[in-house]
Amino acid sequence: MLISNLEIIPGKEITQHLGLVQGSTVRSKHVGRDLMAGLKNIFGGELVGYTELLQEAREEAVERMKQQAQAVGANAVVNVRFSTSSVTQGAAELFAYGSAVILR
Amino acid sequence: MGQFQFEIGFSILLLLLGYFFGRHAEKRHFNSIRQREEEYRDILSIASKVTTAEDSAKPGMLVTGSVVISVDYFKRFLALLRTIFGGRVTSYETLLDRARREAILRMKEEARSLNADRIFNIKLETASISKNAAGNIGSVEVLAYGTAISRVNQGGF
Repeated sequence: MLISNLEIIPGKEITQHLGLVQGSTVRSKHVGRDLMAGLKNIFGGELVGYTELLQEAREEAVERMKQQAQAVGANAVVNVRFSTSSVTQGAAELFAYGSAVILR
Repeated sequence: MGQFQFEIGFSILLLLLGYFFGRHAEKRHFNSIRQREEEYRDILSIASKVTTAEDSAKPGMLVTGSVVISVDYFKRFLALLRTIFGGRVTSYETLLDRARREAILRMKEEARSLNADRIFNIKLETASISKNAAGNIGSVEVLAYGTAISRVNQGGF
């Protein structure tokens, strides 16, 4: 399955559009990571725990999007976009969406 | 009275900690960013979607880079003061600048590991991850993503 954020894939031709596919996940972090983040709020700097958490969550969102694309019989998802929103204190939603297509 | 003095003292301690550690961390981070930007200069990041004849006719591969960075206590205090007088909030400007450049660099790192030297259609996404009770921004996440494509006859994607 090809995932791309271009609309026109070089060297390939879109033969059929199958509509929008999406995947999302809401994640929160455990208390230990929260505590570390609290400390980092004083000293400043990168929150490695959060970076990893969001990265994992994004991969899962993409995975769910892929599953949906597979279910409709696509072999590629083009024009993929990501979006992040914090739902409540300590939880974030990661959302990935794109157009499912059949490429030749 | 004793408790009041303790609270003032604690706040000043936090401010000093934030000032010294935060400044040091930021300086080090900026140095590392500059050095790596030099290193990854040959990977072009392009905001357009259209590939040229120079680029390979292979489909390419989605690459992402993300980072979560927090502002320190001292800078948050400065930003709070800024909201009284208005104007440029420099402490958050540098925070966002660091985060964006770091995210782009991580994306380029991934592109290099795929042996690609162009990244097309770059999008940057910014989200504030945590807010404290006063509604101040605690930390920001920046995600950079694009499609990595190599040049003609270079192999890879």
